[in-house]
Amino acid sequence: MNDNSFSVNLKKRPGSIQNLFGFLMTFLVVICLLAALIPLFLVLGFIIFKGGGLINTCLFTQLPPPPGMADGCFGLGNAIVGTIIVVGIATIISVPIGIGSAVYLSEFSGDNQIAKGVRFCTNVLSGVPSIIAGIFAYGLLIATRVVDFSAIAGGVALSILMLPTIIKTTDESLKIVPQDVRWAALGVGAYNYQTVLKVVLPAALPGIITGITLAIARAAGETAPMIFTALNSNFWPDSLTDPISTLSVTVYNFATQPYESLNQLAWAGSFILVFMVLITSILSRLATRQKNT
Amino acid sequence: MTSSPDSFTSMSKRSDSEKFFDLTFFGLTRALAIAIGLILLAIALVVFIEAIPAIKTFKLNFIFTSQWNPVTQIFGAWPVIYGTIVSAIISLVIAIPLGVGTAIFLSENFIPKKLRTVLTFMVELLAAVPSVVYGLWGIYVLIPFLYPIDLWLNQKLGWFPLFNTVPSQGSGFMFAAGLILAIMILPIITAISRDSLASLPPELRQASLGLGATRWETIIKVLIPAAFSGIVGGIMLGLGRAMGETMAVTMVIGNSPTVSASIFAPSYTISSLLANQFAEASGLQISSLMYAGLILMILTLIVNILADLIVGRIKAKYD
Repeated sequence: MNDNSFSVNLKKRPGSIQNLFGFLMTFLVVICLLAALIPLFLVLGFIIFKGGGLINTCLFTQLPPPPGMADGCFGLGNAIVGTIIVVGIATIISVPIGIGSAVYLSEFSGDNQIAKGVRFCTNVLSGVPSIIAGIFAYGLLIATRVVDFSAIAGGVALSILMLPTIIKTTDESLKIVPQDVRWAALGVGAYNYQTVLKVVLPAALPGIITGITLAIARAAGETAPMIFTALNSNFWPDSLTDPISTLSVTVYNFATQPYESLNQLAWAGSFILVFMVLITSILSRLATRQKNT
Repeated sequence: MTSSPDSFTSMSKRSDSEKFFDLTFFGLTRALAIAIGLILLAIALVVFIEAIPAIKTFKLNFIFTSQWNPVTQIFGAWPVIYGTIVSAIISLVIAIPLGVGTAIFLSENFIPKKLRTVLTFMVELLAAVPSVVYGLWGIYVLIPFLYPIDLWLNQKLGWFPLFNTVPSQGSGFMFAAGLILAIMILPIITAISRDSLASLPPELRQASLGLGATRWETIIKVLIPAAFSGIVGGIMLGLGRAMGETMAVTMVIGNSPTVSASIFAPSYTISSLLANQFAEASGLQISSLMYAGLILMILTLIVNILADLIVGRIKAKYD
């Protein structure tokens, strides 16, 4: 079959060292991938297994039980409302700052030195540990007695963690708006602010909203900056300047309590947090993919 | 982009108020952009100012003192700095081979592109799970699972310093924290290594294959060296994340300020010290916690800035 007159043998030699080495390496990287995915399935599996069965209306509408109480209609209602309030405050702070600075970066800066510096700072800011954002909010607001441990302090800490995500996603969404659209708007006599507010931002809106949603979902799961800014509370929130409970801090506190009923609530709270983040991640991935194709 | 002056065909003159508003809008966005830099500066400044009393009291001895005693008001950060660095190193030892291996698998055409996209996304999802959830899972699943393994290792290899602590049931220890951290930084290392491998010019691969190299010879001798700085950048970002990570570590590391060579001994990190003590601290203790936070911030800033420079450089090279 292979009776050519060339002196070089081009036939694949399955037993050669090169081939065996290749096979071994391929096998090894497949193992790497499997090892990387095992924790994902283990974590999700346990969350569903331990927390999924506890999802009921009580969970969303009732307060947690007093220590020792086991049966009855108890839940994480105050923590869910608290999370919404704190993340809401963080969103109100971070969205205007984030979108404003991204507009400058993408529309007005022309990639000058300021833009380079701001992009660099955004990258560095996204690497600042979340607990540092917490002690910053503490030092800025609580140590100086501007506010006490409260939803506001928690919201400020979270807003710092949300900013980099919002700036990066907005910057990228603005960049993919075609340049012709801006020229057309300026050509019919629009001011810069009209071009940006009425033409460019609406065109980039789906991407921006995706980024904000992702930032919100991530922020809701943050715990470290909340344990000494928002603190915790066993009651329904009634003011923005009092300690407030959040889902993530509640999961942390209840995880180590010696009461089975509280441990179960920790699993249920994890279930809510994980699935909120997973669903927003998957939706945002689908949304951006549709746009690219 | 400045608005072009209207000269001859304009129907109506541009009003001063609109011009003013336009300039204000431009100025506002610029101010907000500059504010990002100021926020970063403010974070460093606030933490530094709050730490001043402790800096004045303990000076640089703070870093090398092993005591953390609120009663005698003597605070030193050596055990937590040690714990922070060692837990980060353990996580890197586990996550680098797994992350780079996964990145190679996902950047080469071993499997169809659609499947690769799905698997890449699943690895990214690891980063989306909140830290506190990993902690809860660590307490109730990982630590009980590791306990018999630790016990066995300690019995058979207890003479070896890494395993010379008898593990105690139900309490956290260094290796558990390292393992959880490895899971958390794996998606970062994988994503950035994969990006830098995928962004290499296809000519590199074609030339190597054309010269008769096998796929794996190409990967090891051509692609990995070319993407090396990107991979290192990803590892640095992972290291920064590992050092700053708080909740999961706090829940599984045992929270004991001891310096031990054993990976089964309980330990403590800067971030878990802050998480545990901050809410109840006052006076010099809070300032000392801020000092520890400042050290953590400096460590992560250095690592992140280096990572940013490295990743930025490789992007510029092949864009």
